[in-house]
Amino acid sequence: MAGKDRLFVKGNEAVALGALAAGCKCFFGYPITPQNDIPEFMSKALVEAGGAFVQAESEVAASNMLLGAGAAGVRAMTSSSSPGLSLKQEAISYMAGSEIPAVIVNMSRGGPGLGDIGPSQGDYFQSTRGGGHGDYRLFVLAPSGAQEAYDMTYEAFDLAFAFRNPVLILGDAIVGQMKEPITPRPPRKDDPAEGLDWRLEGFEKGSRKNRIIKSLFLNDGELAGQNKHLQAKYETWKKLVRAESFDTDDAELVVVAFGSIGRIAKNAVRNLRAKGKKVGLFRPKTLYPFPAAQLERLAKAGKRFLTIEHNLGQMVEDVRLSVRKHGDSDLFCVYPGNMPSPDDFEAPILKALGRK
Amino acid sequence: MSNAAKNMSADEELVFSRPDSLIDRATHYCPGCHHGVAHRMVAELLDEMDLARNTLAVSSIGCSVFLYNYVDVDTVEAPHGRAPAVATGVKRGRPDKFVFAYQGDGDLASIGMAEIIHAANRGERISIVFVNNTVYGMTGGQMAPTTLIGQKTTTCPGGRCKDREGAPIRMAELLSGLGGVAFSARGSLDSVKNIRQAKKYMRQAFEVQTKGLGFGFVELLSACPTNWHMNPLAANARIAAEMIPYFPLGVYKDVAADGTCGSLAGGEK
Repeated sequence: MAGKDRLFVKGNEAVALGALAAGCKCFFGYPITPQNDIPEFMSKALVEAGGAFVQAESEVAASNMLLGAGAAGVRAMTSSSSPGLSLKQEAISYMAGSEIPAVIVNMSRGGPGLGDIGPSQGDYFQSTRGGGHGDYRLFVLAPSGAQEAYDMTYEAFDLAFAFRNPVLILGDAIVGQMKEPITPRPPRKDDPAEGLDWRLEGFEKGSRKNRIIKSLFLNDGELAGQNKHLQAKYETWKKLVRAESFDTDDAELVVVAFGSIGRIAKNAVRNLRAKGKKVGLFRPKTLYPFPAAQLERLAKAGKRFLTIEHNLGQMVEDVRLSVRKHGDSDLFCVYPGNMPSPDDFEAPILKALGRK
Repeated sequence: MSNAAKNMSADEELVFSRPDSLIDRATHYCPGCHHGVAHRMVAELLDEMDLARNTLAVSSIGCSVFLYNYVDVDTVEAPHGRAPAVATGVKRGRPDKFVFAYQGDGDLASIGMAEIIHAANRGERISIVFVNNTVYGMTGGQMAPTTLIGQKTTTCPGGRCKDREGAPIRMAELLSGLGGVAFSARGSLDSVKNIRQAKKYMRQAFEVQTKGLGFGFVELLSACPTNWHMNPLAANARIAAEMIPYFPLGVYKDVAADGTCGSLAGGEK
């Protein structure tokens, strides 16, 4: 696309624009820093596009409104930041259990508790292990900048409806607040909800049975069957893993990092390459499904790993599980509350590289 | 054609039958429970008002979560207390549909208090059927926000005490003070007379939605003989003797009738 078609926007605005282009019809939000640009943008742009915007009374209510719109087969989304995501977990578990599609954005911030309003990746476990009660998973996408925030939000709606499952965009204060150029996509014109054979829509008496969207299964064997069905669905996602590999082919040490930290680590890797160091970067773009097979292949090829995260060590567990037959991963933590630069990563990368 | 109609002889006239929108299935409710009466009332009105084919329902947690087994409309199950938020999402997504939620008193007036207040205040074009039987039924008869002073439950075994547990909450009155509410009324299911009146209230709570006037609310005083440890007749008598004096029947707000919005009206009109 020509340069004149590019937009210079915050990551939060890119999320909102991606949702609009994907045909989002309802947005349910609640104020919390650092994601406020999303509801503010949608309160104008979505309404002008003929959709519905509701500032809910709470995160709890916003996520339950999302559940209702999704049950009606309507493309809908909510956004929040870490403490707000904790409140949304109830409805997220219900949506996963009753197979309701939805798009949820977490521009995460430092925790635990009120934490701060700066960037953090402390919600990795919450995002990839379900977050609420019961055995379920979300499809989790981790953008590292505004263009990916746009593209991933756009694609999240199709994924949510294809799998009848909530899809989570896990960004952070860096991704949400950083302003960058993006190339938008042409907006969807069709109504993707037409023809869905499960959505609530009403029916002529006798033409069919009433549709019931629920997560309560009390009869003998029903709940076990539902859990088996959900697990089988999650298994099919494995073929949809995504990751960026940078200079990994001849690398002795591969840095594993996601989101904004993955981008900062890429600069560190680039700087060290310029100094002749054989290091590379592996950046998972899907956190669930996790790109385990790719990492295992790198481990089998004899590479060693350093996981860098903006938390106290969460994704490193998935990295270690992925490479466990062939090796291990070192860990470097950036504590939430601190903002790292590429220079901060050079010493830990060199330390891991030098440790045979 | 219903089974009753099929089994009739030539000289018999069918004067009472199952509404089309009520599924031909025995309910799981206890003897003397009023959910069956309330379900039937909903189904009759969906048929009489020709709403059934365009209705989307929200069931909530409690005995009546199984609403979808009896009322023949597309239904989504809401988390505990969240039915008004779920109904908001359904209606905002499909404003062309008739959307109602059916909630009990623990669900609506305790864990779901924020959701009901704000859906009502926003004037969501939804209708809420509120079944008040003064206890948590499905979980075994614990104290609800509507449990009467002195009433014994499994979590207030000495009887509810106002100084300790607070006073029972009157929802129809409380909601009538909110600007978005177009209709709020309380009926009772303890007698034929009251059932007929309650159905009129439910019709009005539905009509304010179909006319786009605002939020419709109908509270139904109901019996829970099992958790009240009473037989059905004694339970019915308790509604008249103890519940109605504290929860007066009547219309608390009716924008269509008085042409106002935001006025406080009390008692029967």
